[in-house]
Amino acid sequence: MTDRIIKKADLPALLSRLMDHYRVYAPVRHQGMTNFQEISAGEQVDLSLVNTNLSPKSLMLPQSESMFEFTLDRTSDQVGVLREIAKNFSPRIIFGIRPCDAKSFQLLDLNFDTPTYRDPWWVKRRQSTTLIGFGCNAPCSTCFCTSVGSGPFSTDGLDILFIAAGDEFAIQTVTEKGEQTFSKVEIGAESSDATADAVLSVQESALRLMKSVVHSENLKDQDEKTLFEADFWDEVQFGCINCGVCTFVCPTCWCFDIQDEVHKGNGMRLRNWDACMFPLFTLHGSGHNPRAQKLQRVRQRFMHKLKYFVDKYDVGAACVGCGRCVKQCPVNIDIRQVFRLMNDFKV
Amino acid sequence: MENPYLPYPVRIESVVTETEDRNLKTFKLVFLNPEDSEKFVHSPGQFAELSIAGKGEIPIGIASAPTEQGYLLFTVNKVGVVTTELHQMESGDIIGVRGPLGNWYPWEQMEGKSVVIIGGGFAFTTLRASIVYMLHPDNRNRFGDLTVIYGARTPGMLLYKDELVAWEERDDIRMHITVDAADDPQWKYNVGFVPTITQEKAPSAKDAYAIVCGPPIMIKFTLPILSDLGFPPERIIMSLEMRMKCGIGMCGRCNIGSEYVCEDGPVFTLAQLAQLPNEF
Repeated sequence: MTDRIIKKADLPALLSRLMDHYRVYAPVRHQGMTNFQEISAGEQVDLSLVNTNLSPKSLMLPQSESMFEFTLDRTSDQVGVLREIAKNFSPRIIFGIRPCDAKSFQLLDLNFDTPTYRDPWWVKRRQSTTLIGFGCNAPCSTCFCTSVGSGPFSTDGLDILFIAAGDEFAIQTVTEKGEQTFSKVEIGAESSDATADAVLSVQESALRLMKSVVHSENLKDQDEKTLFEADFWDEVQFGCINCGVCTFVCPTCWCFDIQDEVHKGNGMRLRNWDACMFPLFTLHGSGHNPRAQKLQRVRQRFMHKLKYFVDKYDVGAACVGCGRCVKQCPVNIDIRQVFRLMNDFKV
Repeated sequence: MENPYLPYPVRIESVVTETEDRNLKTFKLVFLNPEDSEKFVHSPGQFAELSIAGKGEIPIGIASAPTEQGYLLFTVNKVGVVTTELHQMESGDIIGVRGPLGNWYPWEQMEGKSVVIIGGGFAFTTLRASIVYMLHPDNRNRFGDLTVIYGARTPGMLLYKDELVAWEERDDIRMHITVDAADDPQWKYNVGFVPTITQEKAPSAKDAYAIVCGPPIMIKFTLPILSDLGFPPERIIMSLEMRMKCGIGMCGRCNIGSEYVCEDGPVFTLAQLAQLPNEF
């Protein structure tokens, strides 16, 4: 599709033009962290970090989402009846998303947009969102996207990809949705051979910088029960303090809880992020808990990502190699090591 | 787009206290909107989420059969926040139902076969639905012998007592009601644990399926007896419970290995369970 270029200095102006047609979300630095938020001016965008501290999953699956509202007023003829809540699904752009994070949305589509049930909020947000990605010229030491089916310039799941080369951004449109964005807003000039060469050179150097490699080719053929019963889980879980930060920052951890909240006779049913790291996640009303032990919970997280998901969908692991969990785990549990243990396991 | 999280509003038509400890009540629910009633088509073995605005939802097996038209029955044990609130509700109150959810007992495969139903305690709800379904004149000749072994701690802890008595009097269903202990000299049925009675009555495994629901300890001691009687694991059917939220395979908590109990279950054969990690 169309390849174009703009000067880096012209990015804020471009974003402003996009804001005439879309709500625009982009990485913004705030209180020492860089995360996605809706911007009101192109200058707010900060592309200096390799990746945002939190994944952008909250833009599709908010940490807390109001599902329904209701009244408990017994004089109302609607007492106790849940009603849908109007939400803003107007067109929006997520600008500056890394290819790994864009791939995570594709993986989560498998869970939320199924042949049997469609999660309406997930589906509507996906449909109303155009993803403008930003290639990774300098991956971190913890990045391993190339091992899990993505890459620093992978266009999978993106509508448009920006690549920084010199003082320009080279722009590739990937999808029809991306083309439509071009048709609404003038985006840069035609690309040149010189830019194409510069892009090739940053792409090659990025791949040279990608040091982490994990193997996952045996995961599908490993026996589920054998992996489940493997003795290495004791070692993996030893340092874990069940803080759940891995699940919090992970772009492919989607588990949620549903809770009702009531204030002065009116209430809402909410969906909140939840995590397999917490004992309450699986506690039965009877007191029985199938995952009462820390080992069971740690094993669940990795087995889900690297085995159950693999078996269920046959599209590889539920991991995009962003490395956030590796960086932010307080006890240095490293999913790359767990990949090795699971992939190489022999009885 | 249908919102799979939105419950159908229903009115509590009646409440029956089932057991002497008053901890189990059966709620008869009627849809507020007739078109919702038409959409709700279930098979015995499925469950639904009962929703109480302000408290939350609970996954409960559907105790009524699809042959019982115009209402749904749910027998609910008082355990936590939602069930405690539900137990305080009365006829006329409005709650919600979301479903039907999950799979069902393998009716297609059981066609033409004998069915042995083994239940313990309050896990008799979807078994009641199954019995009522099979005894319906339209269905009874689709199945062979029908045997029921049902036990509770005491006579007063048995569910659906009037129906049990009525079934006892029929000649197209073999009933073996039992209690762990009875101090009532009038008690005319069995005394003994469910596994013991199963061994004693020895239902034939020939062309038969066994559906087993009950507390873990009952299941543990009943399975070897069924095996001795010649039931292969493919013809021993069980229904599992798990903490659930969404009920539609999305929220991520009720899995056993790669299977979600809410969507791939709650009904599994013993053969299927043997393939899964032992984490339930």
